[in-house]
Amino acid sequence: MAEITSLQAAIRAHIHDGDTVAMEGFTHLIPFAAGYEVIRQGRKNLTLIRMTPDVIYDQLIGAGCAKKLIFSWGGNPGVGSLHRLRDAVEKDWPQGLEIQEHGHGDLSNAYVAGAANLPFAVLRAYAGSELPNYNKNIRFIECPFTAEKLAAVPAIRPDVTVIHAQKADRKGNVLLWGILGVQKEAVLAAKRAIVTVEEFVDDLHAPPNACVLPCWTLAAVCHVPGGARPSYAHGYYDRDNRFYQAWDEISRDRATFVKWIKKHILETEDFAAFQRVLGQSTKEQLV
Amino acid sequence: MSAANYTTSEMMTVAASRLLKNGAVCFVGIGLPSTAANLARLTHAPDIVLVYESGPIGAKPEVLPLSIGDGDLAERADTVVSTPEIFRYWLQGGRVDVGFLAAAQIDKFANINTTVIGDYRKPTTRLPGAGGAPEIATCAKEVVLVLKQSARALVKKLDFLTSVGHLTGGDSRTKLGLPGKGPVAVVTDLCIMKPDDTTKELTVRQVHPDITREQVQKATAWEIKFASDVEETRAPTENELRVLRDLLHRTAVAHGQTPAA
Repeated sequence: MAEITSLQAAIRAHIHDGDTVAMEGFTHLIPFAAGYEVIRQGRKNLTLIRMTPDVIYDQLIGAGCAKKLIFSWGGNPGVGSLHRLRDAVEKDWPQGLEIQEHGHGDLSNAYVAGAANLPFAVLRAYAGSELPNYNKNIRFIECPFTAEKLAAVPAIRPDVTVIHAQKADRKGNVLLWGILGVQKEAVLAAKRAIVTVEEFVDDLHAPPNACVLPCWTLAAVCHVPGGARPSYAHGYYDRDNRFYQAWDEISRDRATFVKWIKKHILETEDFAAFQRVLGQSTKEQLV
Repeated sequence: MSAANYTTSEMMTVAASRLLKNGAVCFVGIGLPSTAANLARLTHAPDIVLVYESGPIGAKPEVLPLSIGDGDLAERADTVVSTPEIFRYWLQGGRVDVGFLAAAQIDKFANINTTVIGDYRKPTTRLPGAGGAPEIATCAKEVVLVLKQSARALVKKLDFLTSVGHLTGGDSRTKLGLPGKGPVAVVTDLCIMKPDDTTKELTVRQVHPDITREQVQKATAWEIKFASDVEETRAPTENELRVLRDLLHRTAVAHGQTPAA
């Protein structure tokens, strides 16, 4: 049953050094505030899984939280490269990063297999591609009925999945809508799930077939308004494209990155304080 | 009309948009493909169905998305499904007519690299990776590629084969038994190439106005073949240019960027 708690307490209780962690959200509802808290609490040696690593994992990788990344597309959407990811892969800074890469169809199928408690997922892909030569977790099997050669990948079973959603009720049942990505599958595939939400309400007023995650599938639900910024929360706020562009500059250089992380994350006590400091930084930039 | 009233980049987008038929179901990559696909929707192909890998089906964005999952894509779509569903039911299910992709590197059989430049383990440049391209290249009925042409992009040998085109040419792709027929055209800022019917080697079929064969060869690392009946691409019409520029302008304004002059 979901515990309704603070984000600090949820991260402390459920994410440990060495865990396999999936923070999902396909450009929408990315759980940034939770990522900041993981950095603030100094987690190490995490295996990070995410279809689109994005700025959130660039920060975790640059801050030294990750030893391995499982992903299918690693860029700053609409802007360019993830400089911290590249620095880790190309120059082992701040430490080497083992990477295991897939395609989107593949990883999303692997989450489905995890949620379905199957050992692997099967799909039609990779014939002719070199990816299977570099990723032992992409293999081929023969269909027992038609003999067609198909790709197989192991199910994803994270220790912890973290997502952000729009609403929860007082019991901790969660409702999300808009671009859903793989969040439902990632939650159901995980041993423990943490959800941050924009607001708590008395009644979700969820229509039938809405994407609702019952409280008994979750470990913790935390009230973190704005917790997906600089990504967006459909119905609440838009994507902060300026931040994604600014991140290109902040992250390009190691010293600038370290300074930013220190000032905004390591030296702030929580997400509310982070937002105040970031607001101040943004204002100074504009003046 | 003088060539000076449009750029080679505009020519590329317009030429790519014209390849998309009205009513086609088009799986759209972000960037150049998304620009060209929306230009098609706003000009000759109002009933084109744009599918984005983040989940929107029948997307009709008012401005171009900066990311593959912008809210505008969901807001104006016929329906929004989960990412596993997009790949399982819609793409692998065989409902996509055209996969419309960009690439960092291609070779003469239109195989695609979006993974690394240099050695995989110690790359000189780490690229974003596969995204949905391996599945799109496998399952879409046809694939159209759009990229800026240079000898660094059109290479003799890929540094990494991420997504399969016509593999080693001839019937090598057919032998893999893939459902889709693979790349049918590559559109660049200089020309349009199509695979030869038999060898599957990319062959120049159209050269854009005011572009010479020498320019095309210089921007290709292999010895490029020209069809016996190479045509000149029709220059962008006034309407195509107006619609494209309006789209890019309102996109820049919406994303808080400075619109190009």
